[in-house]
Amino acid sequence: MFFLRSNYRHPEFRQGALDALAVAPGLAAWGLMTGVAMMNSGMSTAEALLMAVIVFAGSSQLAAIPLLTAGAPMWVILATGFCVNLRFVVFSAHMRPYVMHLPLWQRLVTGYLTTDLTYVLFTKRFPHHEGDAAQRRAQQAYLAGNCGVNWAAWVGCSVLGVVLANFIPTHWGLGLAGILALLGILCSLASSRLRVVSAGVAGAAAVVAFALPFKLNILVAIAAAVAMCLLLENTPLAHREQA
Amino acid sequence: MTGSTDPWTMAIIIGLAGVTVLTRSFFFISSKPWKLPHWAQRGLQYAPIAALAAVIVPEIVMTQGQFISTWQDARLFAVAAGAAWFFWRQGAGQAVLGTIVAGMAVYLPLHLGLGW
Repeated sequence: MFFLRSNYRHPEFRQGALDALAVAPGLAAWGLMTGVAMMNSGMSTAEALLMAVIVFAGSSQLAAIPLLTAGAPMWVILATGFCVNLRFVVFSAHMRPYVMHLPLWQRLVTGYLTTDLTYVLFTKRFPHHEGDAAQRRAQQAYLAGNCGVNWAAWVGCSVLGVVLANFIPTHWGLGLAGILALLGILCSLASSRLRVVSAGVAGAAAVVAFALPFKLNILVAIAAAVAMCLLLENTPLAHREQA
Repeated sequence: MTGSTDPWTMAIIIGLAGVTVLTRSFFFISSKPWKLPHWAQRGLQYAPIAALAAVIVPEIVMTQGQFISTWQDARLFAVAAGAAWFFWRQGAGQAVLGTIVAGMAVYLPLHLGLGW
């Protein structure tokens, strides 16, 4: 991780940081609005600050805020957070071969810091997990640089949002910058026909299944898109592949 | 400082941080040798773009859980402008940053000026 010397002296650390910096403005605006949302929900400053600094998962924070202010039982809030985060369980299955050579505590820290954006950027840069020791070091350095910038931008701006909540108007819709950051990454991934199909199926499924609780529509959408792409893999549509 | 701080709420927030660690590291925890089946490994390469689309699309075509019924929505134009910028630059350089800036440059005037 970013506090390990062997990582931040590696050239891939810089690459990972640069890739994260390109999305940082979107992430920053999103973090800012999450900070504001926490304060506007009636949480105390200390509660909002603690959440901004340690939870590090925007969607589960936004899901938990109304439950916290409504006084829902702890297990309901934690179960909601778990369900909203289920997509990360899928990502961890994908990331597993990249990290299993690390000691357990480093694996847990890596997991904790690997958000959607880092997962997407990392698997784009390193599509294959096979590799020698030098390749593994490069992967870890990239991951560290990416997570470091991501964490600083998100947490820094969430804290700023908490502190400045009274001065930032929510009706401006600054949070859209976060969506545009994700859109930019999505465009950069659209490098094969099947990936475009995957995005289309997932987007439509997420809208159709929107009424599901706990943001499960996202998981349903991923499952539908992956299943559709596996079915289409051996058809003419998939030819002229592969990115 | 505003509001009264409730220790139980603080405990729940710490629990949520634990949930973040648990879900993001879910398959890192056990070190038993284990491999994904081959089809699942192939399928997972379509997961990142699917996850992004699943997050983005409802955020731009829905309001309060309902499909929008008008094209006069600033988000649609912002997304079109952002994507147009990305593909015009063919993803080179800081195209992602440009996507954000181009999208917001279209969004803010439409949203704040025209109320779309």
